[in-house]
Amino acid sequence: MIHFVLLISRQGKVRLTKWYSPYSQKERSKVIRELSGMILSRGPKLCNFVEWRGFKVVYKRYASLYFCMCINQEDNELEVLEIIHHYVEILDRYFGSVCELDLIFNFHKAYYILDEVLIAGELQESSKKTVARLVATQDSLVEAAKEEANSISNIIAQATK
Amino acid sequence: MNPFSSGTRLRDMIRAIRACKTAAEERAVIRKECASIRAAVSDNDNDYRHRNLAKLMFIHMLGYPTHFGQMECLKLIAAPGFPEKRIGYLGLMLLLDERQEVLMLVTNSLKQDLNHANQYIVGLALCALGNICSAEMARDLAPEVERLLQFRDPNIRKKAALCSIRIVKKVPDLAENFVNPVASLLKEKHHGVLLTGIQLCIELCNHSEEALEYFRKKCTEGLVKVLKDVVNSSYAPEYDISGIADPFLHIRLLHLLRVLGHGDADASDSMNDILAQVATKTESNKNAGNAILYECVETIMSIEDISGLRVLAINILGRFLSNRDNNIRYVALNMLMKAVSVDDQAVQRHRTTILECVKDSDASIRKRALELIYLLVNESNVKALTKELIDYLQVSDQDFKGDLTAKICSIVEKLSPDKIWYIDQMLKVLFEAGNHVKDEVWHALIVVITNASNLHGYTVRLLYKAIQKSADQETLVRVAVWCIGEYGDMLVNNIGMLNLEDPITVTENDAVDVVETAIKHHSSDLTTRAMCLIALLKLSSRFPSCSQRIKDIVTQSKGSLLLELQQRSIEFDSIIEKHQNIRSALVERMPVLDEATFSGRKAGSILAAAVSTSLNSVNGVSTSAAAPLVDLLDLGADEPATAAPTSSGGNFLQDLLDVGTSPFPSQSGTTQAQKNGTDVLLDLLSIGSPPPENSSSAPDILSLSQDNKISVSPLDSLSSATAPSVQASSTAMMDLLDGFDPSPPPTKDNGTAYPPIVAFESSSLRLMFNFSKQSGSPQVTEIVANFTNKSSNVYTNFIFQAAVPKFLQLHLEPASSNTLPGNGNESITQKLRVTNSQHGKKSMVMRIRISYKLNNKDVLEEGQISNFPRDL
Repeated sequence: MIHFVLLISRQGKVRLTKWYSPYSQKERSKVIRELSGMILSRGPKLCNFVEWRGFKVVYKRYASLYFCMCINQEDNELEVLEIIHHYVEILDRYFGSVCELDLIFNFHKAYYILDEVLIAGELQESSKKTVARLVATQDSLVEAAKEEANSISNIIAQATK
Repeated sequence: MNPFSSGTRLRDMIRAIRACKTAAEERAVIRKECASIRAAVSDNDNDYRHRNLAKLMFIHMLGYPTHFGQMECLKLIAAPGFPEKRIGYLGLMLLLDERQEVLMLVTNSLKQDLNHANQYIVGLALCALGNICSAEMARDLAPEVERLLQFRDPNIRKKAALCSIRIVKKVPDLAENFVNPVASLLKEKHHGVLLTGIQLCIELCNHSEEALEYFRKKCTEGLVKVLKDVVNSSYAPEYDISGIADPFLHIRLLHLLRVLGHGDADASDSMNDILAQVATKTESNKNAGNAILYECVETIMSIEDISGLRVLAINILGRFLSNRDNNIRYVALNMLMKAVSVDDQAVQRHRTTILECVKDSDASIRKRALELIYLLVNESNVKALTKELIDYLQVSDQDFKGDLTAKICSIVEKLSPDKIWYIDQMLKVLFEAGNHVKDEVWHALIVVITNASNLHGYTVRLLYKAIQKSADQETLVRVAVWCIGEYGDMLVNNIGMLNLEDPITVTENDAVDVVETAIKHHSSDLTTRAMCLIALLKLSSRFPSCSQRIKDIVTQSKGSLLLELQQRSIEFDSIIEKHQNIRSALVERMPVLDEATFSGRKAGSILAAAVSTSLNSVNGVSTSAAAPLVDLLDLGADEPATAAPTSSGGNFLQDLLDVGTSPFPSQSGTTQAQKNGTDVLLDLLSIGSPPPENSSSAPDILSLSQDNKISVSPLDSLSSATAPSVQASSTAMMDLLDGFDPSPPPTKDNGTAYPPIVAFESSSLRLMFNFSKQSGSPQVTEIVANFTNKSSNVYTNFIFQAAVPKFLQLHLEPASSNTLPGNGNESITQKLRVTNSQHGKKSMVMRIRISYKLNNKDVLEEGQISNFPRDL
């Protein structure tokens, strides 16, 4: 089970956090501080796993961003690396060669996508296409609702003139 | 855009925050945003609620408090439209967690949304429930989720399956409801559903033995077939990852097979072929393939033994271990740990490679490898492996030394073939990484040294040589100082030479130099300095020619700011100066510490009980005496809870001294004679009370010494000493006795009345405590302290002071007088009021200090009272 997902920039700024196990606000910032200290200081050729408080944290660096997932001791670390890559590829397809700025300004989109990949700390979908389709459909639902609202307000606005 | 809306757009806020140069600027921007959001919240603004929540989420991510937005999430979730609900649920998952009460308010909305006609809204609700539901919500909404496991759209079914995992984790009782729906999920073709169904199935098997049996019978065949199909499936672009069709599904299937096959031969047998196929056919040049192989190896290791498969698995691990990719090596080490219990020999073959991994530049790999090596050490390879590890200790990273040292010490303790090897290795470790050695390790080393009587000389010379080269390793210094104190004569005179040693010339002054350097070293702490003082006292007797020099060194500590050191140096100084005749008897070599008892203590065995029973039988005393000695020496850091509080930390020296001097009364024979001449010593001993026949303190002290001169009569009186009369004995001794006093503390009277206690007693003074409690306030205890002068002289300027730990509150009322006439004619009374905030959990303790003038000289007496009735 994945206990939490963290996206940290190389400067230690948090770009996304998702907690599947309960951590209080205080613990969360402590966890982030501890892990960013541990992970950002590791050299490039080392393995992608760090042991931390009886858990393992699997991390992978993509450009300036570190994607970290915390798992149990007995979980399959190599698979979690694949899950991270899976998520990154989906982000990449959605934003069209994703960069850190995309994730800053559209952080909610990154969360929506993550919610289609993981629930309760477990993998939900292994097909990138399906995830992309589901997110796109929901985006279009939002767009449609917006247009409708605009058109109605337009009508009202015109009517009251 | 509404011209009256105050807020900026989300994008603009993020820009503004990013443009901030300093943290203060950022805080200002956020304060402004939060203020306007709060205003919008209180205006119940509908138009920008979703935008405000999005902003709050960003602010939350930066680590600022956003609790005021929680209700906004609920409002958005309750809104009818999909866009509002989408952002509302996202906010709910980000800003709240399962422990917040607000979450309960959302249960009803969730229930409605789980039944919504729009399947995407159902999906949102399932996702939120799966990520943050609490046990109560799980109970309330489980029927809805269960129903959704059969929903027409597979995307809802898969979400419902994962949501069920959370529900079962929160409320394991609900597991059985999910067994049947899951069985049908396992037959699905849709990968997402299959994937999540398998995960739910694993979760159910973890929680319920019945579910495990059910799935083992009904589904094993089917799952093996599914795995076969997936393994042999042709190229499927949708699921392909580096040439493998859906490795995630592979891994989940292998995991479930592992659960089903564990402990069941038939099930294991049916998956034999497919496991062999996966293990041999999977491509291992990409991470995805290796992930599958890794999972497959774990499954092979866990299921029942099938000939050949395990060999295959170990071979895969061997290949992994020699891989250049660090990730692969890491998981190989990880898995080999599990393989050790299955096939030790096969893992031993890779020992050299694993040993190389201990020296890897990657901390994660080093740690794994060290754990593994630790499992691989046995009698036959312990010498070679320990040598390798100790050699590596010299060059290893500073932050790795702690782990490495602990493991080496543990190996050496567990598997050392003989004492000389043990001592050699431990001294090497102390030399290289003494600062990382735990207290119990060097305590154990001292116990071993005392027991190896033929190696005393060898050890002390080795330590002398070591400390010349390395004075910074605190524990090395301690052990060396202790040994030089004990065996200094053997060091100087080259006594007990072994054949392998070269003789060295050490003068008495050289030996004293070592201790002097140690006591003056800036990094030495209280324990080390205290040990140095003791060693010096001992050396003053061993080396009479250096006596004056030692006296000078001891005198220098008289000005120490540490009370313990100051006091002891004054005492030792007077021993050296005034009591030449008894000095050599005082500082005799420590009696041999009993190894069995010590290791028993380490194992946390119930020492107190063992000792108290052996004390009851008179014959048992001499053998068990070593255990209290260890206690007194404070060699065991892991005090059993019942042990006397005196032997912890601060009183270290006093305890040592108590033991050191204890042979003294028995040797000089007539206790009456000492009383006049050696007031100082009696004070030191803190026995204080004159040794009349009915006092139990003297015989107790005698019993502590292993001196063979103990006559039978004190031993006889010992058995009576363990009877209730102990309560009346002096407090200082009470502390010591607590550890092995079989009689329960005197608190058996009816609840409210407490018997008076002798709180403190010395040769000159007795302090009695009378307790009373007012009904209705059990935490408050009124104490009437009664001071009695036992000498014939008048004490003037009598002042009593007391200190208590933080959980107690102490109020001292003025004393009845500050003059205490002699011969116990009159007494001073003083009232104390103590409030125990931990009433019923902790019992009271108190440190006291009594000062007075006797013939115009200042006298100071101190003590700790810990024999309070327990439930005060």
